[in-house]
Amino acid sequence: MKLRTNALIGGLLVATVTAMALLSVIWTPYNPLRLNLRMRLKPPGSLHWLGTDEFGRDILSRLLAGAGASLLVAALTVLVALLLGTLLGLIAGYFRGRIDRVMMVFNDALLAFPGILLALGIMVVTGANKYGIVLALGLAYTPTVVRLVRGTVLSLREKEYVEASRVIGNSELVTMLRHILPNCAAPLMVLGTSMFGWVVLAESALSFLGLGVPPPAPTWGNMLSSGRPYIESAAWLGIAPGVCIALTLLGINLLGDALRDWLDPRMEPR
Amino acid sequence: MNSRMNARMPAVPQSLPGGQGAPLLSVRGLTLRSAAGTPILNGISFDIAQGEVLALVGESGSGKTMAGRAVMRLLPSQVRQTGGTITLAGHDVATLPDRGMRSLRGQVAGMVFQEPMVSLNPAMTVGAQLCEGLMLHEKIPAQAARERAVAMLARVQIADPEGCMASYPHVFSGGMRQRIMLACVMLLKPRLLIADEPTTALDALSQREVMQIMADLTRTSGTAVLLVTHDLQLVAHYADSVLVLKRGDQVESGRAGEVLRNPREAYTRSLIAALPRRDDSRPAVADAPPVIEARNVAVAYPGAHRLFSRQADKLAVDGVSLAIRPGEVVAVVGGSGSGKTTLGRALIGLLPLAGGEIRFRGQPAGSGGRQDRRDFRLACQMVFQDPYSSLDPRQRIGDIVAEPLNHGEPLTRAQRRARVDAMLAEVGLDGLGERYPHALSGGQRQRVAIARALIRRPALVVADEPVSALDMTIQKQVLTLFRQLQAQHGFACFFVSHNLAAVSEVADRIVVMHQGRIVEQGSVADIFDRPQHDYTRALLEAAYVAPGQRAPLSVAEDGAGSLALGAAAS
Repeated sequence: MKLRTNALIGGLLVATVTAMALLSVIWTPYNPLRLNLRMRLKPPGSLHWLGTDEFGRDILSRLLAGAGASLLVAALTVLVALLLGTLLGLIAGYFRGRIDRVMMVFNDALLAFPGILLALGIMVVTGANKYGIVLALGLAYTPTVVRLVRGTVLSLREKEYVEASRVIGNSELVTMLRHILPNCAAPLMVLGTSMFGWVVLAESALSFLGLGVPPPAPTWGNMLSSGRPYIESAAWLGIAPGVCIALTLLGINLLGDALRDWLDPRMEPR
Repeated sequence: MNSRMNARMPAVPQSLPGGQGAPLLSVRGLTLRSAAGTPILNGISFDIAQGEVLALVGESGSGKTMAGRAVMRLLPSQVRQTGGTITLAGHDVATLPDRGMRSLRGQVAGMVFQEPMVSLNPAMTVGAQLCEGLMLHEKIPAQAARERAVAMLARVQIADPEGCMASYPHVFSGGMRQRIMLACVMLLKPRLLIADEPTTALDALSQREVMQIMADLTRTSGTAVLLVTHDLQLVAHYADSVLVLKRGDQVESGRAGEVLRNPREAYTRSLIAALPRRDDSRPAVADAPPVIEARNVAVAYPGAHRLFSRQADKLAVDGVSLAIRPGEVVAVVGGSGSGKTTLGRALIGLLPLAGGEIRFRGQPAGSGGRQDRRDFRLACQMVFQDPYSSLDPRQRIGDIVAEPLNHGEPLTRAQRRARVDAMLAEVGLDGLGERYPHALSGGQRQRVAIARALIRRPALVVADEPVSALDMTIQKQVLTLFRQLQAQHGFACFFVSHNLAAVSEVADRIVVMHQGRIVEQGSVADIFDRPQHDYTRALLEAAYVAPGQRAPLSVAEDGAGSLALGAAAS
């Protein structure tokens, strides 16, 4: 019962955010990019529901327009990191030996850099645009996934059902895909949902350094970082995107947990 | 000391005849429920006098472990005591404040758990763990605690007590860990020892060793024992009285010898009937060229890596020759580390050989091309020891059993379904194909594993301790099923076990292994009645089988009940 309500709340939050992103394509209250210097830093009111920013742009419009970019970047990044990390982690954990050692040396070297620094380095090559960010952050978070998957695989490959699969005559590839990969799903789901949050924030950090989605295009991350100097005089600049990020993360975490339980046959009523 | 303690104890009604003075532990109408309201124990009552050994016997799910834990007030949070009283050394366990309870634990009642591999803290030296309790409860200086710990380790027959104190638990075998655990508990001189399946996870040899030490130790110190077990042979040898539980209900209780010799209840009789019995009625195996043959086989485990060198490889199997004819069941018996499982795996090509060769149907196994290797692999199957880790938790039973059919001749969907349904029916699991493994009991899971191994009609099955993780009654059922299927399908079988008694029911021939070599082999009658090697004799003794005896405990066919025991219950 509790599970179902959690899933419902999570689903509603994620659906709302997605709806915001879709809505912004056809309609926003104002043009999110139009400057209006006479209306700078107006607090929330009847004209601008969530106030205006330092250039007089409508925050609600920017929030709606930014939802798409933020979600797209975060979702793609998580996807890239999970796919790449799972593949490499599976290979390293399943085959062990020399492949594993070489891969892990590289992986641990990458882990030694803070994610942001690594992303910065990659972005120098790819350039500051949406897909550059996805690639950079995706690669930056891959080593964490590799470690997790490798560890899980190491413990799973000792299970007797993996050996049973070999005795049956399954090839290594089939064993890996049918018996090991599905059993990695639960920890991956947990990591994936929390990574979503890191990516939204990392994107804002990159914006802050001038390497995020280039202005004037809004994302929640760069709205948050451009609102930072006004935190005392015009707090609404930071509050609106902050609340949006927090609620999205909450929704995704709840949904992720529900999904994990739903995918786990052990949670099925007998 | 005794009289002083007794003086503090309130009068408690007596129930067992023959108990002297007020009992040390008195349980009256103990009722436990799970949080969801399912009954776990329904009003069981028993007494343990000072120095007495009481066995709580039952299958898994009978609530025997929970009864032991309730005495220590160590019930898991989802289990609640809803009725009855437990009086331990004059204290009502239910109403005692936590502080008082803590002083009872360890000093008045100590507990030994089932799983020796996880009951010692791997990050602390044995010495630190031994002294911890002693210093906590008796507030004696570290040096004195150390001396007593060393003395106790010597008493549980640890060869090098001083060295043991400084070692970490991972260097010890299961049997040694269980003895260390026992030392840890007995160090505090408890008046009651609760032993929860203390030897179930051990092989037959260490099992006997640990039980013997436990019996000696408690007898000399006058410690009472609450022995929780599913093994009636332990009851026969070590318990004074016994209480039989079935799904939370008290079925029968009384003096151990009395109950085992003249069981009043049908359930107790069925437990006794589940004890392994020798079967000489098996038809002789036809003389035929062997289906598989090991010639001088050696298997090595790589030595540990050091920074710049590698230690020498260790031979787990050393020069073993063995042949199995079609339809023959060869049981390989030995203690842990004897190389029996390794040999089984090497036989079907799961491990590389360090020497010798395996011949399959007269040809070197898998040496001819791809097709040959494939045929060899498809003709051999394996049943694993642990039914809890041998089934993929994310697949349905039907899919698990069907998977081997992916190889071999292609089948239509309907044919596959029919094969799977027929196989499930054969192992007695009709209609469970849609379930997931977690919804099945241990015995049912092992049936699934057997179905998976047999569905492709293999020529050879390696069964690696297929029943040792199961209860006695379930063991019996699974073994009977296995024997039936073997007679029906006529596959050859390499049956690995640490318990001689267990294999006497299924084997045509027994091979005894010790330290990677075969020390003795022969027919069941040869091994049981005329054992040649000392190691074989030790194994027989550990299985509580005297030479020439048909079974450790046997009930006459007419059901009147008779007890044929090597050593009487003392």
